[in-house]
Amino acid sequence: MEFGPHLMLAMLEGLVQASVLTLTALGLSLVFGVMRVVNVAHGEFFMLGAVLAWWVTSMIGGSAMFGFAIAIIVVPLLVGLLAAIADWLILRRVEYDPERTIVATIGLLYIIQQVTLMTYGPDAHPVPPPFNTRLSLPWFEFGANGFEIYFPWGLSTTSYKLFVIGAAIITCLGLWFIMSRSKLGLILRATQLDSETAQAFGIPVERVYALVFGMGAALAALGAVLVVPIQQAHYLMGADPLLLSFIVVIIGGLGSLRGTVVAAILIGMSDGVISVFFSPTLAKILATLLVVMVLIYRPNGLFGARTT
Amino acid sequence: MNKPLVLHLGLIALLIVLQFVLPVYHHGVLARVLVMATYAMGYNILFGYTGLLSLGHAMFFAAGLYGMGLSVQHLGLSVGPAFLIGILASALLSLAVGLLALRTIGVAFMIVTLMFSQTIFLTILYFNSITRGDEGFVIQQSVRQIGRLDLSDPSTRYFSALALFAIVLLAVLWLVRSPTGRVLIAIRENEPRAKMLGYDTWRYKLAAIVMSGTVAGTAGAAYGVLFGYVGASFAQVPYSIFPLLWVLLGGAGTVMGPLVGTLFMFYLIDLSSAVTDAYMLVVGVVLVLLTMFARNGLMGVVRERWLKWLP
Repeated sequence: MEFGPHLMLAMLEGLVQASVLTLTALGLSLVFGVMRVVNVAHGEFFMLGAVLAWWVTSMIGGSAMFGFAIAIIVVPLLVGLLAAIADWLILRRVEYDPERTIVATIGLLYIIQQVTLMTYGPDAHPVPPPFNTRLSLPWFEFGANGFEIYFPWGLSTTSYKLFVIGAAIITCLGLWFIMSRSKLGLILRATQLDSETAQAFGIPVERVYALVFGMGAALAALGAVLVVPIQQAHYLMGADPLLLSFIVVIIGGLGSLRGTVVAAILIGMSDGVISVFFSPTLAKILATLLVVMVLIYRPNGLFGARTT
Repeated sequence: MNKPLVLHLGLIALLIVLQFVLPVYHHGVLARVLVMATYAMGYNILFGYTGLLSLGHAMFFAAGLYGMGLSVQHLGLSVGPAFLIGILASALLSLAVGLLALRTIGVAFMIVTLMFSQTIFLTILYFNSITRGDEGFVIQQSVRQIGRLDLSDPSTRYFSALALFAIVLLAVLWLVRSPTGRVLIAIRENEPRAKMLGYDTWRYKLAAIVMSGTVAGTAGAAYGVLFGYVGASFAQVPYSIFPLLWVLLGGAGTVMGPLVGTLFMFYLIDLSSAVTDAYMLVVGVVLVLLTMFARNGLMGVVRERWLKWLP
């Protein structure tokens, strides 16, 4: 394949990755923004989403379409509920102290990971995509015959990948609507701004926190359900999404949802493009170092508002 | 009467006696625990006494381990000088990381240390022609000698581990009761106030990182010399979490806490691995329970209830 079509293919793959990353990172960003705590177990909720999606689809059997439709609704709810329970049992007891929360969620990370290992096992399992039509994409050229459009071999995507991108866009719009136009969003923003004053105005802050923690985990699980027909479900798959989400949330500015979306697209795309052309390990080293430098010299992120 | 000094000398004496009475298996476990407890004591200087929570100490451990291992493997040095190179490598790394990471505080500090550590781990993987990546390499038994001492022999190994442990234990005991140590504790308790009293807290924090990282690296180098294996798994995230766990369990900000925590955790994992392979589950549960119910760890409870003077 020539360079042009190759680059376009890499960018399409990058866009699919960016969509999943956007959802996962939004979950982390929401939790950090409202609760001011870092959830280290976030990647494990992602993994749990993927594993449960496999479990649900293989339990239901029948057509891939039906199983997947059930999974995409039920799994985020299940994972969200589980996270809310964990929040109620553990994080509420440590009073959302930032440092103790990190230690507690590290504990949670190992518990979820190992319980999955003991029940689901060390093997990776695929989930069949609900629909998977190959779509060839056109490319243009100014050749000897002037401008012409043709379909180069290998330049194609699948209808499922386009669905992933669409689903991510719809979820982002939905989240934006909830945050900025609904009563619930008003409560969330009030809690984010000043939890004590919110409490004084009769907002049940602890319940809001449990809800937010659940929503964050559900977003990660949704991303995982979407990715699992492309990438298999495995009990160690949570590490990369966690690291990437961290990077995205930091670059985007801690607690800024808009910044998170912009950074996720930027990083998902460049990760996709870089790993097509360079060694993935080197790409990871450079990305990690870049984030450290951003955090050191711009502690509020590239798009973050100055907070006190 | 200097009660703390007597207590800690008593602990060292007890460990010397144990060498002669323990059965072979537990003897080997304890040698490993002593090296890891040294690592945890290094971590405790920064976390327990200065109040800075690092999530990336595995990089300092690995710097010592690889500084030592690579100079034996590729420069053909004997383990004595290689050990010193390992210590030097971790001291330099902790200085560099400290200079950069101290520009951040709180959660950002944790994430920066975590990511630096991840970078070191990935770098080890990237240069796998030199480091042999994930697989690691073994330091041959014939090399692991200083003069006529064979460090792979179980009792020599135990005594070397104990000597390292004892030196670091007494050094930490001295440090935390010295004026410098008191400033570190003041920073942990209230940094703005320490600053107001005229202390250059940034300098003290940098010193704490370098001391902590160097002790961690020394433990890493010693681990390589005594147990003969150098591998990338020691640079991975769990090895940054372990010292935090050991210190929290034994009691952050107590001199003996790291040993108590390490010992407790090693035997907990040892016993639970008879039941399940997923021993990290035990680690997870203990971490959660600790943050919820015992913030001060085992020695912290001892200090609260009985021995108020425990350093």
